[in-house]
Amino acid sequence: MSEQGTTRIKSGLAEMLKGGVIMDVVDAEQAKIAEDAGACAVMALERVPADIRADGGVARMSDPEMIIGIQETVSIPVMAKARIGHFVEAQVLESLEVDYIDESEVLTPADEAHHIDKWKFTVPFVCGATNLGEALRRIGEGAAMIRSKGEAGTGDVVEAVRHIRSITGEIRQLQAMDPDELYTRAKELQAPLALVQETARLGRLPVVLFTAGGVATPADAALMMQLGSDGVFVGSGIFKSGDPAKRARACVEAVTHFRDAAKIAEVSKGLGEAMVGRSAKSIPEAELLAGRGW
Amino acid sequence: MLALQGAFREHVQALARLGADAVEVRSPADVADVDALVLPGGESTTMDLLLGTSGLREPLGAAIAGGLPVLGTCAGLILLARDLEDGADGQRTFAALDVTARRNGYGRQVSSFEADLDLADEAVPMRGVFIRAPRITRAGPGVEVLAALHDEPVCVRSGPIMAATFHPELTGDDRLHARFLAGLAS
Repeated sequence: MSEQGTTRIKSGLAEMLKGGVIMDVVDAEQAKIAEDAGACAVMALERVPADIRADGGVARMSDPEMIIGIQETVSIPVMAKARIGHFVEAQVLESLEVDYIDESEVLTPADEAHHIDKWKFTVPFVCGATNLGEALRRIGEGAAMIRSKGEAGTGDVVEAVRHIRSITGEIRQLQAMDPDELYTRAKELQAPLALVQETARLGRLPVVLFTAGGVATPADAALMMQLGSDGVFVGSGIFKSGDPAKRARACVEAVTHFRDAAKIAEVSKGLGEAMVGRSAKSIPEAELLAGRGW
Repeated sequence: MLALQGAFREHVQALARLGADAVEVRSPADVADVDALVLPGGESTTMDLLLGTSGLREPLGAAIAGGLPVLGTCAGLILLARDLEDGADGQRTFAALDVTARRNGYGRQVSSFEADLDLADEAVPMRGVFIRAPRITRAGPGVEVLAALHDEPVCVRSGPIMAATFHPELTGDDRLHARFLAGLAS
């Protein structure tokens, strides 16, 4: 019997993206640059997070025409973002046959209590998380891939480090616990017990874990890999820099050779200007994106 | 184990369950001690680029041409195929397996599927997980078909090379890996 949209199929695509870099692109031309630079997938969106941050206003799903233009240009997987809780945007993206939907805090949330019920879809979802409880709640709702959130559009890696350390650190704590203690721990994490038990047994999340939000250099990307990430999203960091094609390729190589400092030094040479960036600490509480998601 | 990008961890685990010692290959220095090679699933265009930048393309290509046994799955099959349809501009392969592979042959992710496959000489079907999988649109006369789906080959062998369009490393069913290792011993 042939089946589609199974958990194995959904999480399986994320398994294939591991050790790779997923790049934010706003048009077909950028998508082509990303593919040529070795991106394992692209995220199609109208404005990169740095611009969303600068422009303000409500950020929504991208124009289908733009997404289709990117799908027609590249052969690698194309992802696109839906607002948190906006299941109709997700339905639209599924009808466009995007390869992954990112239910993303970078867009303005549509629902302040509920995320999308992702089990209803054939297309897989990736969701952001700042800690283990949030990651497991998203997996409970059907997310087939998790990315730590960081603080998108800043070029400041500090929040990405905080979130990946939080998730991996809390997993190590679970592994050290007596099985009797996992019931209460699940309650504290506000996460499904079965997923807490599975995570304790595996010593990692039950799905692939990428890092996002503030990665701007090859060394940032390799840092995320050494901290236990399966791969990296680079958003504004590439196309807000001086030489996007070169920086994109350097990030791809740094993720593959993440323990090879000489190699990272080599690919970091002469990349031109990194994105200007903005210290995450300098951003007013109300403008922080990572707090979106429940 | 080629470890430039993709699902190599799952292959390493499958090989370990069968008692084989897997080393990760990322640079030319890693190639010397390898008795057999696994090319994993992942993004074939990414691996193609990294084969070039890592300096692995020539030594691996020479080793494969010289008879190194290889198991390739999904993107790994694409890397082995003699001819490629719907490849990215300038995408290269080792051209070691006389088949034509069409990238993303079934369409985008929403068309990905799993199905039972009858593997040659096996009584129990094997679950095949096809993720944005390639299709083998032509197989040369020297290519043995180990499994087919709708009369199209999905798992093939030719001399020391074995390749599948699906992902045996994702199901915990290690029979294909076992068959590959058995071929090395004989």
